[in-house]
Amino acid sequence: MAETLLEVKNLRTEFKRDKSWVTAVNNVSFTINRGEVLGLVGESGCGKSVTSLSVMRLLDPRNSRISEGQVQINGKDLLRQNKKAMCKIRGHEIAMIFQEPMNSLNPCMRIERQLTEAVLLHSKVSKEEASRRAYDVLKAVGIPEPKMTLKSYPHQLSGGMCQRVMIAMAMSCEPELLIADEPTTALDVTIQAQILELMESIREQKNTGILMITHDLGVVAEMCHRVVVMYAGRIVEEKPVKELFECPQHPYTQGLIESVPKLGSNMTSLPSIPGSVPDLAVMPKGCKFAPRCRYAMDICREQEPELEATDHTGTRRCRCHLLHTGRQEVNQHE
Amino acid sequence: METNQFAAAEELPKAKSRVKEFIKKFMKRRTAVVAFVFIVFMIVMALAAPYIVPYDASQADYSNILSGPGKAHIWGTDEYGRDIFSRLMVGSRTSLFSALTATIIGTIGGVLLGLVAGFFGGLLDSLIMRFCDVMFAFPDILLAIAVVAIIGPGMINVMIAVAVFTVPSFARITRSATLAVKQELYIEVARSLGCRNGRLLFVHVLPGTIPSMIVNFTMRIGTAILAASSLSFLGFGANVTEPDWGAMLSQGRNYLNTAPHIVLFPGILILLTVLAFNLLGDGLRDTLDPKMN
Repeated sequence: MAETLLEVKNLRTEFKRDKSWVTAVNNVSFTINRGEVLGLVGESGCGKSVTSLSVMRLLDPRNSRISEGQVQINGKDLLRQNKKAMCKIRGHEIAMIFQEPMNSLNPCMRIERQLTEAVLLHSKVSKEEASRRAYDVLKAVGIPEPKMTLKSYPHQLSGGMCQRVMIAMAMSCEPELLIADEPTTALDVTIQAQILELMESIREQKNTGILMITHDLGVVAEMCHRVVVMYAGRIVEEKPVKELFECPQHPYTQGLIESVPKLGSNMTSLPSIPGSVPDLAVMPKGCKFAPRCRYAMDICREQEPELEATDHTGTRRCRCHLLHTGRQEVNQHE
Repeated sequence: METNQFAAAEELPKAKSRVKEFIKKFMKRRTAVVAFVFIVFMIVMALAAPYIVPYDASQADYSNILSGPGKAHIWGTDEYGRDIFSRLMVGSRTSLFSALTATIIGTIGGVLLGLVAGFFGGLLDSLIMRFCDVMFAFPDILLAIAVVAIIGPGMINVMIAVAVFTVPSFARITRSATLAVKQELYIEVARSLGCRNGRLLFVHVLPGTIPSMIVNFTMRIGTAILAASSLSFLGFGANVTEPDWGAMLSQGRNYLNTAPHIVLFPGILILLTVLAFNLLGDGLRDTLDPKMN
């Protein structure tokens, strides 16, 4: 079987709010294999980004803490590494791409200096060698004029170019895991496709594991092998991507998929999930999705369902009471 | 290159265009340009004065004491018959040099404190900023006098005193700029690539805070000239025999009724220089602030 690259076990991240701790990510576990793309899907505020920042340990220790769990990369527990070791891991073993390419680059520095910085930090090479590598990665990410781009400042580049540079920066030290936090959200559709293609080709060449955080199900369908759906800081469903779209089990996943507009259909209004994500500090008792769920039963409001494996390998998981109560009938009603 | 690589040239305008644009905008602020020219003139004068002034600045001429402005001495002579124009020009050396040095030292100190306070926050931030508040509570000149009173008079000590009261304002400005820059995504990106705190602070945060500093730096030079002159006037600064604007004012005071030109010209020169630095600062702020356009 494929080699496990990242393993997150029972991760729990909390934030300080008015002197009390609020749980943003609760009991999240997932794995990523080498060369695999795992999608992390959910509404804004469901804890996707917090999960990724927890993995990178980039959260501000003054108002947040990871109170439980393990994050292992290649068997190393990141939560046990000291600051210095963590700095070595960031960029070298795990790199991250952010949502807003235009703001991801330092406006006061030429592209060349930003690109060589990571290389110089992580490997003992001369400046000339680093510059040559910067040139090579820029070329690899499909920048038409690498020489000119190296000498320019970020404000002289377009959003798509910035994201390419950002990917080049992230890939310059050949990390084993790439975390992409909504890498295409700020870009227009044609550029989106190019960026996704670029990431896909990098993955194929370097066998990089990718954690793709997004709320765009189109991106998920395009890129991911497996998908983890999060709601209110919890994993509600995990499945291979094809099954997720064909037979979503959790009502929340069903709602998400339904609310994607379909070209050529005669819908007059777009189906949506009523309500909004509950406030972290005042979570409903029982299932966190129950207040917005159209199948909610009495037990849902009383008792939170467990995340259960729905097959023997444990790669398919779902957190819903309906699994036990004539769920199939409900599905067939539709 | 502009013809055959049309698309690329359009996407990558020359880096210099920003500087050019800045100069173009700055040239529109007439007063600031005049102030700038005046400052450049003063700096050239300060550097070249000993070689080009008509008289030796400390050469007494007892046949010609307290004479008013005229052909031989365009701005007159003082009580020892020394040429005031020559003394002022030579004295601009001490005044400008001490003000500039003091401001640079104060800026470095203030920027370091502000960076650390803004970046690390918490207790360190509170300690540094409360310390600055205490310094703010004293009027500048009083603080400078207090410092000189403790460490003793002399030109170097005056510079230290002026530097000390320059620190808190820079600390405060840098801190607020640091707080803003710290939130930027590119800082997090740099962190995600494995930058340590020290590197983040000086390579990534510091350059972002510089624009807000330029204006204050210019204005503070004016204040420093005034403060250094004031301290010299009060007798804390330069040696009396050395030409210095503040000291000249102080000595000329005794002849205010009989020979007002002795204080008039140093006074005017101090006024113009300080004004020029302030106007330049205003002009720079207007040019650098995108909201003003």
